[in-house]
Amino acid sequence: MTLLNRPDFDVIAGWVQPGERVLDLGCGDGTLLKMLIETRGAHGYGVDIDDANVLAAIANGINVIQSNLDAGLAGFVDGAFDHVVLSRTLQTIRHTQEVLAAMLRVGREAVVSFPNFGYWKNRLAVLGGRMPVSEDLPYQWYDSPNVRFFTMLDFEALCEEMKILVRERQVLDEQGKLVTEEHNFLGSLAVYRIARMR
Amino acid sequence: MSPIRVSRSGFLMDDDVSNRIGSVGVVASQRAHFDAPLKLRSGAVLPAYDLVYETYGSLNAAKSNAILVCHALSGHHHVAGLYAGDAKSLGWWDNLVGPGRPLDTERFFVVGVNNLGGCHGSTGPSSPNPATGKPWGADFPVVTVDDWVQAQAKLADHLGIDSWAAVIGGSLGGMQALQWAIDLPERIRHALVIAAAPRLTAQNIAFNDVARQAILTDPDFHGGHFYEHSAVPRRGLRLARMLGHITYLSDDQMGEKFGRVLRNDSGSFSFGYGVEFEIESYLRAQGDKFAGFFDANTYLLMTKALDYFDPAHCHDGDLAAALKPARASFLVVSFTTDWRFAPERSREIVNALLKNDQTVSYAEVSSNFGHDSFLLEDPQYHAVLKAYLARVGL
Repeated sequence: MTLLNRPDFDVIAGWVQPGERVLDLGCGDGTLLKMLIETRGAHGYGVDIDDANVLAAIANGINVIQSNLDAGLAGFVDGAFDHVVLSRTLQTIRHTQEVLAAMLRVGREAVVSFPNFGYWKNRLAVLGGRMPVSEDLPYQWYDSPNVRFFTMLDFEALCEEMKILVRERQVLDEQGKLVTEEHNFLGSLAVYRIARMR
Repeated sequence: MSPIRVSRSGFLMDDDVSNRIGSVGVVASQRAHFDAPLKLRSGAVLPAYDLVYETYGSLNAAKSNAILVCHALSGHHHVAGLYAGDAKSLGWWDNLVGPGRPLDTERFFVVGVNNLGGCHGSTGPSSPNPATGKPWGADFPVVTVDDWVQAQAKLADHLGIDSWAAVIGGSLGGMQALQWAIDLPERIRHALVIAAAPRLTAQNIAFNDVARQAILTDPDFHGGHFYEHSAVPRRGLRLARMLGHITYLSDDQMGEKFGRVLRNDSGSFSFGYGVEFEIESYLRAQGDKFAGFFDANTYLLMTKALDYFDPAHCHDGDLAAALKPARASFLVVSFTTDWRFAPERSREIVNALLKNDQTVSYAEVSSNFGHDSFLLEDPQYHAVLKAYLARVGL
């Protein structure tokens, strides 16, 4: 069973221990944070730039800071959080490395989920000559908020380059079911738990 | 014919008012007298004082639904509603207070108070000095934001309110909400700090000092004792207000509203020093209006209270350390085109609270109307206040 049609939320919730401090970047209406507060006794803040999201998060009883991600992270001290969450947002950010580094500055661990461009349907679409449109990449090329297109292998290569440790990885298909083999080919959405290498 | 409604305060509302959906209707101010001396931050002692205030809505049995509205530089206790028989007397934050409005008087008991040193009925420079029987004038002690909080707390005692559900204010009013959270953490559950700053910048103090100089150098000021000379330093007040008013508006807004439009229709310059551009006419009218009712000594006091406000001062400039005692939840709101107290200044407050792991939400409202945005009815701004206040537990 998935919560609120966001299978990655289930994975993220599974990684948050009771009472943890969580920062949710691009928190939207605060659904994930609210769920973590209610089911995990977590506490923390959401960050979002969008007016409607900030309003919805306030109505949801979430502590939300209206800011873009760069400025939003600058306000937090080192190691302030157990987990910093970036759910389905990494592909919309230009300063990929800066944001990943900042997440691991303010958080002990970071949780990142993103649509896997290497998913077989996406590859098939490109082979057929068109950019992919799917459950996890639901936009046309001309109206997409996404500015970075990358596969799981690409992400893992960046982690290695940035000396980021992948602690855990869960990969889901379009139906939100767990993928157990050929992840970069069968996985539509990837969720990573990462930390700085010691 | 519209149905006749009776307002909560029991007054019969006339047709004009009953059509104003969401208004608190006709209101009246009240006065509380305090005999216990108030020791001020400057060391001076105010032997006794009056505070005038207004209330809207009803205090619940648990006395847990009270919201204090703190006013800014030129504000007062008349926050909402109208005075009987005076259709022009709408309160300065009426758009925020009333049934169904963000400060919902069906749910909250809203209190507006004129601060000490004010010129709208509370004890201030134009009140008689008990030692001389003459107006205090320049001898009225300088009051600070923390002094106001102490006096407001006495009013809360008077009203039987142990703890405010919320204290809200914009600009200098927001500073009072912040000071409440620091000074009396057990007596405030939510602090709504709007278009404020944790301290003034040199530029801000500079603006205030030019305003003060305009008043202090007006020959009609008479060292602050102009009442005895039956004079009013109008020129100084007018200049002070004109300057202040410029800083409350945004460049864009002024451009849109006035541009370089000339008063005369010919479109040609007069090559003189009379009123020529629309903006000149507007500012002078604003200055004249203000000089007609506001007290010069109060203006001086209010700007000094702004200049002195700096809760981090006694913590080596560490705002987080200053905010540490606060137990309230915070909502901080800023406006994108506010350059008097820019969003960066609000973010200083937010970051200090975040550093302390305190409960805070922050909204940065896109508005074209500069510092004055906090007084206006912006849909996102009011929706944020409404959503936040809806979750305030009683």
